[in-house]
Amino acid sequence: MRLELVKRKERSQKMALLSPIIAIGLTALAAALIFAISGHNPLVGLYKFFVEPLTQEWSLQATIAKATPLVLIGCGLAVCYLSNNWNIGAEGQFVVGALFGSALPILLPEFESGATLPLMLIFGAVGGALWALIPAVLKNWFNTNEILTSLMLVYVASLALDYLVRGPWRDPDGYNFPESRMFSDAATVPDVFGGAMSLSTPITIVIALILAVVLAKTLKGFEIRVMGESPRAGSFAGFSAKRLTLFSFALAGGLAGLAGTMEVSGGLNQLLPTISPGYGFTAIIVAFLGRLNPIGIIIAGFVLALSYIGGEAVQSAMGVSNKIASVIQGLLLFFVLACDTLILYRIRFVSHHAPAGEASHV
Amino acid sequence: MFEAVLLTVITAATPLLIAAVGELVVERSGVLNLGVEGMMIMGAVVGFAVANQTGSGTLGVVAAIAAGMAMSALFGFLVLFLVANQVATGLALTILGIGFSGLIGEAFIGVPGLRIPSLYIPGLSDIPFIGPVFFQQDAIVYLGFALVAGVAYTLFRTRLGLVLRAVGDNHASAHALGYSVIKVRFLAVLFGGACAGLAGAYMSLAYTPQWVENMTAGRGWIALALVVFSSWLPLRVVAGAYLFGAVSVLNLHAQAHEMVNIPSQLLSSLPYLATILVLVLISANRRLTLVNTPACLGKPFVPDR
Repeated sequence: MRLELVKRKERSQKMALLSPIIAIGLTALAAALIFAISGHNPLVGLYKFFVEPLTQEWSLQATIAKATPLVLIGCGLAVCYLSNNWNIGAEGQFVVGALFGSALPILLPEFESGATLPLMLIFGAVGGALWALIPAVLKNWFNTNEILTSLMLVYVASLALDYLVRGPWRDPDGYNFPESRMFSDAATVPDVFGGAMSLSTPITIVIALILAVVLAKTLKGFEIRVMGESPRAGSFAGFSAKRLTLFSFALAGGLAGLAGTMEVSGGLNQLLPTISPGYGFTAIIVAFLGRLNPIGIIIAGFVLALSYIGGEAVQSAMGVSNKIASVIQGLLLFFVLACDTLILYRIRFVSHHAPAGEASHV
Repeated sequence: MFEAVLLTVITAATPLLIAAVGELVVERSGVLNLGVEGMMIMGAVVGFAVANQTGSGTLGVVAAIAAGMAMSALFGFLVLFLVANQVATGLALTILGIGFSGLIGEAFIGVPGLRIPSLYIPGLSDIPFIGPVFFQQDAIVYLGFALVAGVAYTLFRTRLGLVLRAVGDNHASAHALGYSVIKVRFLAVLFGGACAGLAGAYMSLAYTPQWVENMTAGRGWIALALVVFSSWLPLRVVAGAYLFGAVSVLNLHAQAHEMVNIPSQLLSSLPYLATILVLVLISANRRLTLVNTPACLGKPFVPDR
């Protein structure tokens, strides 16, 4: 028996939708296997991981709160990936955005007015966008590989955050703990529904919906898709690849920066040496699982957020390490990419002995 | 002082050298595997775990190589047989490797490690300065240099190297000549995985003999940058690896000599900033990069039937 790929005449729309669902199913199977190998009941593990968080209001809210930054970052990354710009440094853009956004409440704590929060959010978006523009400009001017430069800047951003919270931005009344002062109410994203969720969630959903319309219905959306699929055709239409590189990086960085500011302002309420459990990297999975489509990304963000909450749930209930969450996230991306093969190809099983004509079709 | 610095530079450069020369072979065959970091961290954790359980550094190294190869086989299957997007699959490999290594390594945090012994050559190792620097390293340091020499020779002086480069430069022609593009590429990917696994083992069994989560700290990515830096020529990888080894131990020595007015975080970020700078300088020179860049790098190949 041998596998053979046969190219489909056209993209299979059905498979484009089915592939993430098959991938989630395969990931659940793999997760069950990991539970079984580590000596736990796989069914209980799957229930605790994937289902139980959905049954209680607080954990549902916590999942949605975790999904919020993932969706916001994922939307920006989708625009990058659609236009063939490989920004993998969203984690750094998230951190720098949080730093820019936090500058106001940390350096000017007395400045408390209705303008505080909006200004912070704007600063955050600008900071993330500026950080993201570095690899974009280097790509345009020097032909530098944006994958490597955007990733290197993640490490630089994390070290900058570490330096600030341990040095100049450390809370003067904080007994030398490496953390900034707490933000005032004027600098805090208000809660909604009295749980873990803040106003960040509705803001994120609105942005995702706007982006969905822009991508599907406007010239800009057309430009992004054409330049990704066929840059040559796009250049005949007068689109500039370099301008689009700047645009997509700035947009992705801006959204990641906004997410970073909303996370420190709405969730943590101060800066800490680590402010993200890898949102910027998980958002890459979110973008692919969501078919690089904002609506799909909202659903995918929820699925990936569930893996964080599920990881904590199996740790407290079954004593399984919460590291299993990142394993499951990684497996999920693998399965999505593998299943995406079915969008463009059919798989045919060929037996070695049978003549070529009698090969069975699947 | 100078001798001590040189010795740490050698140990810091070795994992970069080994991982980069492996990836160079992969890229020469036309495949871009961005999962070096993931394979390396798996090598580090598996090497540490096996050495810890068996008490044998050699078994640890062998297991690390196997772990790197297993990870790369997964990548190869997706990219070569299922024609998945290479960039995204490489990223997936890194995310998966970091996750899996964290899960496996949790039991080994804080456990004292095992250091691969240094070689001792009677006579030569006792020569002042020259002895410690050249003749008292562990076996993997020498293996690293042997790998570079072997890869350089194979790529440019043997039939196998010619086939590999042909597959990387023009897969359609190589296929038409009857070479199996997929097979050559898969073997190259496995070789890259073995090297990344070995580099990881060096991190956890020689450079800092312990397991710390995320201990490779972006070295896999720096190795990828080194391949660009070397413009796909093995001997230049050595220069790059030692340059980066030097930059990355700067932090250590600056702190030891009380250059306290520079924040340690700034020093720690130097290797990453240096990577960006070097990429800019190399990439700006179009002629240099285009001459040796494998023409089919990152392009998928599906054989016609």
